[in-house]
Amino acid sequence: MSLAAHITTTVGTVTIDAELTCGAGETVALLGPNGAGKSTLLAAIAGLRAIDDGYIRIDSTSVDEPARAIFLPPEHRRVGVLFQDYLLFPHMTVRQNIAFGPKNLGIAPEAEWIAALGLTDLLDHKPSELSGGQAQRVALARALATSPRLLLLDEPLAALDASTKQAVRAELRSFLQQFEYGTVIVTHDPVDALVLADRIVVLEGGRITQEGPTAVVAREPRTEYLATVLGVTLVRGVARSGVIACNAGGELITSVEIDGTVVAVIRPQAISLHAGKPEGSARNVWRTSVTRVDAHGEHVRVDLAGPPPLSAAITPAAVAELGIAPGREIWASVKATDVSVHSA
Amino acid sequence: MRASQRERTRTRTRTRHHTRAEAQAPSLVMVLAFVALAFLLIPLAGLLQETPWSELPGLLASPTAVEALRLSLVTSILAAAVATILGVPLAWVLARREFRGQRLVRGVVLLPLVLPPVVGGVALLTAFGRRGLLGQYLYDWFGIQLPFSTAGVVMAEAFVAMPFLVLTVEGALRGIDPRFEMAARTLGASPRTVFFRITMPMISASLIAGIVLAWARALGEFGATITFAGNFPGVTQTLPLAVYSALEVSRDEALALSLVLLAVSLTVLISLRGRFLGSRS
Amino acid sequence: MKRAACVLVAALFGLTACSSDNTNTITVSAAASLTDSFTALGAAFEQDNPGIVVRFNFAGSSTLAEQLTAGAPVDAFAAASSEAMDRAVQAGTVEQPALFATNTLAIAVPPNNPAQISRLDDLADPDITLIVCDVPVPCGAATQRLFDANALSVVPASLERDVRAVLTKVIQDEADAGIVYRTDITAAGAEVHGIDISSESNVINSYPIAVTATADDSSGDLATEFVDFVLSDDGQSILRSWGFGTP
Repeated sequence: MSLAAHITTTVGTVTIDAELTCGAGETVALLGPNGAGKSTLLAAIAGLRAIDDGYIRIDSTSVDEPARAIFLPPEHRRVGVLFQDYLLFPHMTVRQNIAFGPKNLGIAPEAEWIAALGLTDLLDHKPSELSGGQAQRVALARALATSPRLLLLDEPLAALDASTKQAVRAELRSFLQQFEYGTVIVTHDPVDALVLADRIVVLEGGRITQEGPTAVVAREPRTEYLATVLGVTLVRGVARSGVIACNAGGELITSVEIDGTVVAVIRPQAISLHAGKPEGSARNVWRTSVTRVDAHGEHVRVDLAGPPPLSAAITPAAVAELGIAPGREIWASVKATDVSVHSA
Repeated sequence: MRASQRERTRTRTRTRHHTRAEAQAPSLVMVLAFVALAFLLIPLAGLLQETPWSELPGLLASPTAVEALRLSLVTSILAAAVATILGVPLAWVLARREFRGQRLVRGVVLLPLVLPPVVGGVALLTAFGRRGLLGQYLYDWFGIQLPFSTAGVVMAEAFVAMPFLVLTVEGALRGIDPRFEMAARTLGASPRTVFFRITMPMISASLIAGIVLAWARALGEFGATITFAGNFPGVTQTLPLAVYSALEVSRDEALALSLVLLAVSLTVLISLRGRFLGSRS
Repeated sequence: MKRAACVLVAALFGLTACSSDNTNTITVSAAASLTDSFTALGAAFEQDNPGIVVRFNFAGSSTLAEQLTAGAPVDAFAAASSEAMDRAVQAGTVEQPALFATNTLAIAVPPNNPAQISRLDDLADPDITLIVCDVPVPCGAATQRLFDANALSVVPASLERDVRAVLTKVIQDEADAGIVYRTDITAAGAEVHGIDISSESNVINSYPIAVTATADDSSGDLATEFVDFVLSDDGQSILRSWGFGTP
């Protein structure tokens, strides 16, 4: 187990209480809104801040355990950190940056990373001369040069522009799949989590609200935050015999047989809008009004009053055709099979 | 104006690399700037004009002059070193640590800047004189007498020079992102290694500027030196003190010595070439 | 607000620049060793001449002579040596100096006499901290003559710019001994312990006084009156009371 931790600490007004594990070769994404405490957790694991209570074990060695008065300072933890702004030392060349860690630990630098990350030609350059993608790779090589037993990536792609991000993300993915130790990635971008991680841990307000394999978490968000971030609508209610009585009012008919308190997830693309009452197989049909219209890239997001309140994604052409505008009365439909349900 | 003429004027203005805003600087600003420059340059010009150029070699070769210059250089360099060794850690604490009474500490550190140097000298006497707070123990137990010694000169100069160094270095330290030091820690660097291999190199430009500023201040120090260390050729008579003594006898000798001070200071300051103030690391 | 600031600044400049051209004030530059005696002379003169104000500028005589050459607005000059006065005469800044007092040197030690000095010869001990005046100053020149005349080789710890600076260091117990004028010992009273130097070994300093050439008509007359007062019996008795010798 690369990382086993139960961290309790207070930052300002936010109290963080979270259990985190990461197996060898596993990549875990720590996903959450700003201020949730993700960076604090990362700092605690790296040894840059002490925890108030709990424990942190890296590779089965306890590095921070207040109850037993154990605290290992960061320089002894063998944790590689990739910072959001990379923080490459400006007064050193790429070569010196990468060699800095091994030199401090008295070991030979891992030359394989330099070649593997394609940095051989950049060795004598200064950080100011590098592009975003190059800097990111240098920062990664620098973190790996010390042969760390755990890798921490803090918003690794945040500093890159959109076009570079895709390419670098793909590179990072293939690298992480070969990395034999555990990696924890802190991110607020769900795509990073979905692409790079084996497991997602959702942190909100200092607590873990959901965790599980990537695919599962992506399909079944249990919190509003996650749903929003994944771009789906979450509806809570009580289900009986395929009918959900929504907390926000209204009813949803679903094909799933689960009773009790449930969470329903509906993708915006699954909702159709009609000028008049539609005919067809959709079991959920209702008359509602438009509350908000927002352009979202290639499609337009239309918020509906419900009840229950839902969001639909339709094409700009459809918006024009139907005359969609806030206040317009409209008919909406969604198939029962498109309403995915799971117990809350 | 005809269209073609207008065109030509516009082009001419542009090729002179003027923007409209620049060319419109208020004349009052230019006048005051000129006055300021004159205020600084005219006394210098007066000094140069009165200097007995023909007798200069003879005056400067006198034992008094040579001794004074040697002593000034040695003490000012030592004072700058003391100011650096003690001042850098102080600047680090002020920049990196939050503690109660921080404003008071900073005020005390900057005190030698506003205190008249003679007052500084008197203060040093009350502390390190034969009957001083600490000085009495130094004298009674170890027979060490700091006034009237070269060490006393170094102390007086370091006292007035240290604030310059602390000010410059503290500013520079606040200007660098402390996360670089955190990154270094995760790469196996002990706090000591971080300080010497990351922090100091990152503020190197400002550090050097601070040291040179402190040295220049130490070189020109008079009031604290003459009050605390006294005046004796070869032991405590630095160049500024020699000028003061010479003034009572021969204006020419005083001018010659002043010129040496001027030349040495100007050379160093010019060689800093704009990296003078502020943390332009 | 801005207007008020401008007026204030102008007023401050005006105050600093203009010297008091009050026709009832005279300024006298006098050697440091004359500080107490001349202050008393000034007070006596003011009492005899109501409405007149005498201001003093005390410093080393050589410094004062240089100040005169630089054009200091002073009406009379009293020096501690003929050499310093001669410099002023040669520079044309004073007229017809007259001797008004003499002074001899003495050894000043702190009240508890830490180095246990009793004679002039004791000063030759290299371990003691001895303070003397700088050579260009009359007191310093006299000290040099004193050491030469007595074949003493001493290494002072510091050369001060005027005799009062020497005295201060001794009073503060920063020095074991200092060479000052006898009159300084008198002026310092209990703060210092004085050791006399026998008249065979001692040197004598002559003090001249003169009206400056820069004094304008009204100040010039007043200055002449002051000089006459110093040379008068009343003036001389005041000087005598402070320990000065006859010219």
